[in-house]
Amino acid sequence: MNKIFENSGNKDTRSGFGAGLHELGKTNKDVVALCADLTGSLKMDAFAAEFPERFIQCGIAEANMIGTAAGLAVSGKIPFAGSFAEFVTGRVYDQVRQSVAYSETNVKICASHAGITLGEDGATHQTMEDIGLMRMLPNLTVINPCDYNQTKAATIAIADHHGPVYLRFGRPSVPNFTPANQKFEIGKALLMVEGADVSIFATGHLVWEAIQAANILKGEGISAEVVNIHTIKPLDKKAVIESAAKTGAVVTAEEHLIAGGLGELIAGLLTREKPTPQEFVAVDDLFGQSGEPADLMREYKLNAESIVSAAKRAIARK
Amino acid sequence: MTVFVDSNSLSANVLLPWSICAIIQKFLMFFMAAKIKIFNKSKLMVLSLSIREQKKSKNRKIITIMTHNYPLGEIASQVRRDIVRMVNLAASGHPGGSLSSTEIMTALFFSEMNHNPANWRRDGKGKDMFFLSAGHLSPVFYSILARSGYFPVSELASFRKLGSRLQGHPSVERGLPGVHMASGSLGQGLSVACGAALTKRIEGENNFIYVLMGDGESQEGQVWEAAMFAAHHKLSNIIAFTDWNGQQIDGPNEKVMSLGDLEAKWRAFGWDVVVADGHDIEAIKAVIRGAKEASADGKPKMLLMKTEMGKEVDFMQGTHHWHGKAPNAEQTEKALSQLKETIGDF
Repeated sequence: MNKIFENSGNKDTRSGFGAGLHELGKTNKDVVALCADLTGSLKMDAFAAEFPERFIQCGIAEANMIGTAAGLAVSGKIPFAGSFAEFVTGRVYDQVRQSVAYSETNVKICASHAGITLGEDGATHQTMEDIGLMRMLPNLTVINPCDYNQTKAATIAIADHHGPVYLRFGRPSVPNFTPANQKFEIGKALLMVEGADVSIFATGHLVWEAIQAANILKGEGISAEVVNIHTIKPLDKKAVIESAAKTGAVVTAEEHLIAGGLGELIAGLLTREKPTPQEFVAVDDLFGQSGEPADLMREYKLNAESIVSAAKRAIARK
Repeated sequence: MTVFVDSNSLSANVLLPWSICAIIQKFLMFFMAAKIKIFNKSKLMVLSLSIREQKKSKNRKIITIMTHNYPLGEIASQVRRDIVRMVNLAASGHPGGSLSSTEIMTALFFSEMNHNPANWRRDGKGKDMFFLSAGHLSPVFYSILARSGYFPVSELASFRKLGSRLQGHPSVERGLPGVHMASGSLGQGLSVACGAALTKRIEGENNFIYVLMGDGESQEGQVWEAAMFAAHHKLSNIIAFTDWNGQQIDGPNEKVMSLGDLEAKWRAFGWDVVVADGHDIEAIKAVIRGAKEASADGKPKMLLMKTEMGKEVDFMQGTHHWHGKAPNAEQTEKALSQLKETIGDF
C-alpha cells in the first residue's frame, strides 16, 4: 500500500538545517557552529543569537574555517561548518581531504545552496560537482536530504554520528512532504513509492519530482518504485540491488552532474552486482546559468517530466 | 594495536643490565611474533624490519624515559642522529628542516610543554597540544615523540615503510600516540591550532596550543587567513613557531618567493612577535616562557626562530639541497661522525 505524500507547504531545506542546528544548540553542549560570512543565508542566525559563545564567525576565509573546525573537532567539539556548497567543497578540497577526511575529525560540513537551484547568482555559485568531490574521499559520509523536515532530522542525526559528514541542502522553497520529527537513519534508503516496472532512485530536491513522476506513470499504467537515497555514502547497496532486481529498469535523478553523481555510483554498483538498464536524470557536463530555480530545473531537464521519459526509455531497454 | 613492545615494557628494560635486557627483549619479540600472526603481513614486515635494524645497530641499548635525565643539548644531538639515520634507512624524507628545528622541538617537548606521553589523549584534554603544520618535518617529530616516551624508539626504524605508523607525513589513521592531526599539505596547521585554542577557551582550560610551521609555508594563503582569525578572536593561548631557516625545496626563500619583513607582517596581523636564535636552547625556553607569561594580553604569539637548514651536519647546513633528500651510506656515516651519540641510537 503506497503512502500518499502531501506537501505541507513549501519550505527551503536550508531552513531545516537552521532549525536542526538550533535544536542541537539546546540539546548538545558540544555542538559549535562556524560560518564564513553567510550566517543569514545558512539560517544559522537562531543558533548564533542564542549561543554566541559557541558560534564562531570566520569571515570570508573558508580554508581557515575548515581547519578551525578540524581543530575544534580533534579537541572534543562537534563543529558544524557552513557555507555555500561550492565554497566548502571545491574551494577547500585539500583542507577537507587532509584536515577532515584523512584526519578523521568529527567535522560536519554543511553545504547550502547546492546544485542549480541556487538560481540567479549563476554558475560561479552553482556547484553540481560537490557530491562527486565529497564521495571520493575515504571516511566521509555524504548526505543529501529531500525536504525541510528531512534536512532538520538529518542535521540532528549527524551530531550523534562520530565522524566527518558532508550535509548538502539548498536555497529554494520546495515541497515539504516527509513527516515532521522523523527519525533519520544514516545509510538507510527510504522506499517512498512501491512499484514493479521501474526503480527511480532519487536524491535531494529530485525526490519530490520522482514521486510526481510515479503518479504520472501510474496514470499511464506503469508502476514505478521511488527510493529516496538521502545518504549517498555509505550507499544502501542492498536496497538498490533488490529494487533493481525486482523491476529490471532503473532511473537515477539528482541535481548534480552525471560525472561523480548518484547515477554513476548506482551504475557502478549494478554493473558489478546486477547489470540493469539505467537512464540518468542529471546534468551532462555543463555549468549552470542565472535564472529562477523552477526555470532552471526545466531547462536542465531535472523535473518530473524528464523522469517520466527516462523511465519509459529504461523500461524499453529491458 | 601495534605489534611493537609497549612503552611500559621498554621502560622497565631500561633499568636492567643489557644482557638481561636482551634476553627479555628476545622473549618479548618471540611472543609478539607468535601473536602477530593474526595481524596482516605488512605489520609483520615492519616488525621484522625493526628487529633487523636493531641488530644492525652497533649500540643496541633501548631507551625511552631515561632520556629525560639528559641535558637538552645531548638530547638534541641524539635527535639529530635519529633524523639522519631514519632518513637514510627510508632512503627518502626531509632531513634539512628537521635538523633546523631540532632545538625548538627539544626545548618544547623536554622543558616547556605540559604533556603526558604515558597517558596521551588525542583530544588533548587538560594538556597542552602540539600541531606540526610542516608535516615534512616528520623525522624530528617522530624522534622527539619516541624519545619523550610516546612510543618505542625502535619503531623509528619503520619510518616510511609499508604498514608503519610512521608515515612519510604524520597521519592519525594507524593511531600513533602524540599525533593529533595529519599534516603534509602545507598551511593548515595554524587553522587547526585556532580550533583547538577555541576549545580550550570554551572549556576554560589554561593550556597552550603550540604549532610549528616552516618559513616557506607562510607563502600559503591559508596561513594568513588563520593569522587574521587568531588575532580577531584573541587566541592568546596559541604559541606558534616559524622555523626561519631561509630555505625551501627550490632554493632560498628570497629567490623562490620573498617573505619580506616577516616580523612586521605578523605584527601587522595583530600578533605578538619575537625573533630568537632557534639553535640556542636557553633562548628558546626564554621566549616560550615569555609567550606564556604574556597570554593575558589577548594576542596570539609568533616566535620567529632564526635557524639554519641542515644544522650540525656540515655538508647539509645552510643550503636547500638537503630539504628533501636522503643521505646515502657514505654520507650518513660522515654526518653521524659529526653528531655525538648521547642517549644511544635506536
